[in-house]
Amino acid sequence: MISWREAWGGRHARALDPQGHEPKTKLFRPALTHLDRLEAESIYIMREAVAECDNPVMLYSIGKDSSVLLHLALKAFYPAKPPFPLLHVDTTWKFREMIAFRDQRARELGLELLVHTNPDGLARNVGPITHGSEIHTDVMKTQALKQALERYGFDAAFGGARRDEEKSRAKERVFSLRNAHHRWDPKRQRPEPWQLYNGRKRKGESLRIFPLSNWTELDIWLYIHRENIPIVPLYFAAERPVVERDGMLILVDDERLPLHPGEQPQLRSVRFRTLGCYPLTGAVESTAATLPDIIRETLEARTSERHGRAIDKDTAASMERKKQEGYF
Amino acid sequence: MTVHPAPESFMLEGYLAAHERKSLLRFITCGSVDDGKSTLIGRLLYESKRLFDDQIAALERDSRKHGTQAGSIDFALLVDGLASEREQGITIDVAYRFFSTDRRTFIVADTPGHEQYTRNMATGASTADVAIVLVDARKGITRQTRRHSLLVSLLGIRHVVLAINKMDLVDWSEAKFTEIVTEFQGFSAELGFEHVTAIPLSALHGDNIVASSSRARWYKGPTLLSHLETVDVEPLGGAEPFRLPVQWVNRPNPDFRGFSGLVTSGMVRPGERVRVLPSGLETTVTRIVTHGGEQDEAVAGQSITLLLSDEVDVSRGDIIASAGRPPHVSDRIEARLFWMATEHLKEGDQFLLKLGAGTVPAMVVSVRQRIDLTTLAPVEASSFGANDVGDVTLALDYSIAFDSYGESRQTGGFILIDRESFDTVAIGLVDGAESRRDAGSQPTRNDGQVTWLKSIREQKRRSVLKAMSWRVIGSVATVAAAFVLTQDTRLATAIGAIEVVTKLVLYYGHERLWARIRFGLSIAAKQHGTDPQSSGAS
Repeated sequence: MISWREAWGGRHARALDPQGHEPKTKLFRPALTHLDRLEAESIYIMREAVAECDNPVMLYSIGKDSSVLLHLALKAFYPAKPPFPLLHVDTTWKFREMIAFRDQRARELGLELLVHTNPDGLARNVGPITHGSEIHTDVMKTQALKQALERYGFDAAFGGARRDEEKSRAKERVFSLRNAHHRWDPKRQRPEPWQLYNGRKRKGESLRIFPLSNWTELDIWLYIHRENIPIVPLYFAAERPVVERDGMLILVDDERLPLHPGEQPQLRSVRFRTLGCYPLTGAVESTAATLPDIIRETLEARTSERHGRAIDKDTAASMERKKQEGYF
Repeated sequence: MTVHPAPESFMLEGYLAAHERKSLLRFITCGSVDDGKSTLIGRLLYESKRLFDDQIAALERDSRKHGTQAGSIDFALLVDGLASEREQGITIDVAYRFFSTDRRTFIVADTPGHEQYTRNMATGASTADVAIVLVDARKGITRQTRRHSLLVSLLGIRHVVLAINKMDLVDWSEAKFTEIVTEFQGFSAELGFEHVTAIPLSALHGDNIVASSSRARWYKGPTLLSHLETVDVEPLGGAEPFRLPVQWVNRPNPDFRGFSGLVTSGMVRPGERVRVLPSGLETTVTRIVTHGGEQDEAVAGQSITLLLSDEVDVSRGDIIASAGRPPHVSDRIEARLFWMATEHLKEGDQFLLKLGAGTVPAMVVSVRQRIDLTTLAPVEASSFGANDVGDVTLALDYSIAFDSYGESRQTGGFILIDRESFDTVAIGLVDGAESRRDAGSQPTRNDGQVTWLKSIREQKRRSVLKAMSWRVIGSVATVAAAFVLTQDTRLATAIGAIEVVTKLVLYYGHERLWARIRFGLSIAAKQHGTDPQSSGAS
């Protein structure tokens, strides 16, 4: 190794160090832990967004990331309440336990919860089983989200997406601009140096804001554990009736899931790493019934979190395309 | 309700303790197109066992479709996440990746090499501790290597890894390696890097990434990963002054008025005297409020809410600072800019300037110089093109508080926002050397609080106005005098008209000539006390 040191502002580098001088290592407990820093950054992002935007909303999808996001919002504006409502885009195909959890949380915290379902999709009975995951996601999630944002005139929406989830998300800014048609243009992203987020936008444009951009799945679990954040029980392993389809374990959550000939729901000890529409979300076999068990399982995992999500695999680069169409 | 207050297993406690001791290192990869940046990161993730089985399976599938490695795994496809990137085999935007080893947690920003996307490289560089500058061993140092090194230095990264890649294609030649190192050392001497480590490697084959290569026995240094695990990037210790840019005034009820923000430097305790800038009012911190309870101190990196003892006027964009060492306050900023828009930047252009939590209209009063990429020396310039770096003077609509970038990245860095498209068009760094020099030259310096006001070049429209106002008065007098002498209205008017036109032109030309001559100009300095915007600060 060749290394050289130079005094600040010095004009000439010193001679090369022939010994291959190794920089010294410091191992001490930092004043703030990694989680402390992530938390402070997320709170900073939320405060910036609220200060710079006229009418923000928090997309509340009831999953673990949403739970963390909500917890951070409570912290960011304490002792005031978060100065924005929660919005849940309900596809009508969420797990029943999710809906029960959603209503209970909103009631406990005394927050305004808006629930929107695409009325056209509802009238046409669009669903993942009859129409396939692509059409279902487009009509009941992407179109529904656009309807809700326009109906209430929201100019900024918080989301719990993380950069470690998926390749196109890894490319997205914290303040992500959408044009009047809610489209994301990956080639026209604004530079975002330091923590200087640009919240200005033209009429009709809106922002998606991702305070959890720099968190990983493991960080989320460690933080839920540290802060005792309530989450949907589906994340913990329990005996549940499932059927196996295309290599995925699908929970028989209600009578709407048609069973194929010869298919018989089996009781297996399963849990979910991620939650979406139940016919599109695969469970994993697990006995992790506590947070420490889940953290251990996350550490040892050999497959990625979104492995169990059918919608990411519809076509190559499918998440990027969905985002361009206005999906969160 | 649904939290499982689980029996705390011993294993988890041990793991958490170890995990919390790990420090975080943010680094970027930069360099020219095709030097192998994305491949290097893909290889780092792969070799440090940070890839999941389904990701590897997808990678193998993608490699067959888009890969450039004839069927074997193309690691670049791991990070090039956009469809058009995979199609073209280039990186367009910065990708963030996360991995950790037993010693450290890493956030990597893989940045684009194309000149067209340099703005995205700067986004990744602004928060990095270490920059890996990749160089293709066959091509050596390129123009883009120089540009990236300049930006890396500009944005304050002091630790550089010079990764000389594709060594397999030059038969692991030590002579070639030394030649490139010497060239880099030569041109980077002016860039102020504290530490440069050169490593010969092959990202494609994995040599010297995680494991030492047997093909370069002459190289005795660390592998890339072991260097990243051990490099010491802790800033030089020292009590930095307290800074809290106010983001949000928290008023849940008439009895509570808190000021929320992220402590960007230093620390604060209840009872300490603080100064609110730019108003300059002094007050005392009474409480530090967080959701978890009241704190007896807050340190840099924490998001907090402060309560103050007096009913002082504080709003978003203000900075609450230690009373003893407050930031500068001025309506003029000398700064180094990285210009990112395709349209040219020129004198008279107007923008919105965002610094800390404040946004203020700003105008470019002068473009002072541009940095030449080949020599890294300043050259005369009157405008900047895309991706140029240079120095400007900005006039703000009103005074704001700031530090120099050398003192603080958070309160010394800013962006310029276009007033119509609202795009972010420039990254700016407040020039510390300039403001210090100006302040230091003033005999009236008062405990470091002198702000500065550079003499400026007069603009054309001002010269026109001055010429006209002068001639209107002069012409009235001329016409009156001519009428008294000749008693002829038409003649007097004609004389007046001829004089107005000729002297207007002469006066304007004379003004413009003097606007370019610096002879006899003195630099005026002002103190906070004399500035109505910052009364009470002195």
